[in-house]
Amino acid sequence: MTGKLRPGEARNRRDTVAALLFLLPNFLGFVIFTSGPVIFSLAASFTNWNLQQTVPFRWVGFENYGRLLADPEFHLYAVNTAYFLLGMPLAIAGSLCLAMMLSQKLKGIVVYRTLFYLPSFTSGVALMILWKALYNPDFGPVNAMIDWVTHSLHLSIAAPQWLLSTQNVLGLDVEKVGITAKQLGIGARDAIIIMGIWTAVGGNNMLLYLAALTNVPQELSEAAELDGAGPWQVFRNVTWPQLAPTTFFIVVMSFIGGLQGGFEQARVMTAGGPAGTTTTLAYHIYTKAFEEFQIGYASAVSWVLFALVFAATAINWKFGNREVSY
Amino acid sequence: MAKPIRTVLIYLGLSLVALTMLLPFLWMVLASLKPLREVEMLNPLPTEWHPENYRKVFEQIPFARYYFNSVFISAWITFLQCLTSCMAAFAFARLNWKGRDGVFRLYLATLMIPGVVTMIPNYTLMVKLHILDSYTGLIVPASFSAFGTFLLRQFMLTIPPALDEAAEIDGAGRWQVFWDVIMPLARPGIITLGIFTFMGTYGSFFWPLILIKSEHLRTLPIGMLFFDTNYGRQTNLIMAASVMNIIPLIILFVTSQKFLVKGIQLGAVKG
Repeated sequence: MTGKLRPGEARNRRDTVAALLFLLPNFLGFVIFTSGPVIFSLAASFTNWNLQQTVPFRWVGFENYGRLLADPEFHLYAVNTAYFLLGMPLAIAGSLCLAMMLSQKLKGIVVYRTLFYLPSFTSGVALMILWKALYNPDFGPVNAMIDWVTHSLHLSIAAPQWLLSTQNVLGLDVEKVGITAKQLGIGARDAIIIMGIWTAVGGNNMLLYLAALTNVPQELSEAAELDGAGPWQVFRNVTWPQLAPTTFFIVVMSFIGGLQGGFEQARVMTAGGPAGTTTTLAYHIYTKAFEEFQIGYASAVSWVLFALVFAATAINWKFGNREVSY
Repeated sequence: MAKPIRTVLIYLGLSLVALTMLLPFLWMVLASLKPLREVEMLNPLPTEWHPENYRKVFEQIPFARYYFNSVFISAWITFLQCLTSCMAAFAFARLNWKGRDGVFRLYLATLMIPGVVTMIPNYTLMVKLHILDSYTGLIVPASFSAFGTFLLRQFMLTIPPALDEAAEIDGAGRWQVFWDVIMPLARPGIITLGIFTFMGTYGSFFWPLILIKSEHLRTLPIGMLFFDTNYGRQTNLIMAASVMNIIPLIILFVTSQKFLVKGIQLGAVKG
């Protein structure tokens, strides 16, 4: 039987055996630490499993999901998570602006690129601790600068309380989902968004735009300029459409990352406060699972988060792809 | 707009942004050299310089131990992740087998799953295996990466297939093709993945935070967190620790910028 195989088949069979061996280590890890846990976590979300085992384990059906959908805390945390996405268009637009400036063939551009990339490369707990100190309303340099400016202009505007304030630029209420004038201002959520923009604006997205900009054919914009188009028109009608695939990719990835975000900021800078206003879904899952050990409930929240990520990606895919011209 | 004015405006814009990026770092370095009472004052420069703040960090917390833990764990994870990703990427990019594209799509699909979804079961798995609070628990679950496999597959697809065939005609087995032909050519991709992985693990926070209970196993981010919350207000020392925390990253970045910029663009544009 072995002698009867055609050369191509023998090759394919050898390939299959080899492929299995090459894939095995990674695939084992993939099954044990990724795909297995996904299924396990879905199952856990239908139980009352608690690591402290004060209550007997049982299957509870959709009880966890019902509980979280009715929970006003969960509503606030979902609103918080959505609120943090507000920084996304600003960060993306900023990345594009920086990339356009960097794509001009000027001297010393690499130095600027390096400086812009520095915050995103060093981002993490150390920089969050730094920003916590910068935002300190009484001693921090941010308010010192604001006070200095308002004082020199003889304005009597109180500087924001930053991480200590529940106020926000949309005036979102804290007790219930809605808007109220007394919450209008600048507070913890805005502070975290500003820090996020500072961190990300010169990061990977800027580099992606920079690469895409160098691929925009020079002739196109030159032809448009010859036809009398101004800089804005060249950008709107030539550059922007050419960047569409990159923008699409960046928006999809930002949604995926943004919806799961906010954990480190909450844990390091605010403990989710004040009044829960910086608790995102990710931080909520952490406190439920690893501080209260409600594994079942936390799994349910994590699946709701997964559903949101999935829905956001699907919507982006459906509507974003239309504008992409290849 | 006239060309010189335009150039000046661009430089002005670039410099303004660069200043915004640099000021917080500058404040951090200066605060780390000040006496505590001066951190809260507005003088930008310390009146007396206190470089011994850096030494004090090591006296108050086992900072050297945190450094070692972070580097040790990151090095292991980087090595294992590169190895397993390379091998899997080879199977996906260079070998023909039934079900290959299906399995690859499964890998891709998991990239969208939020980390917290798998974090909870993995934590309970660590409890069951009694490797909570250990190096093993920190290293092993992080040693397999769907993203790394994806990145290296993209990279290996750009290598001409004629090379494998030529090596096979010369009598090379699959392992030799992998090790002697593909690996050397994929080196830039592997280095990129290695840098990404090292950076990511060095700064990783969630997994060590839930896994580690003993002080001597804490990594830098966890050590920093507890230094910040449990040791009272010593902003100058905390800033000194922060500076020391990010210095290895800056060195890594400056030496590897070329690979990074390429790698980021490869991972995305060809995806």
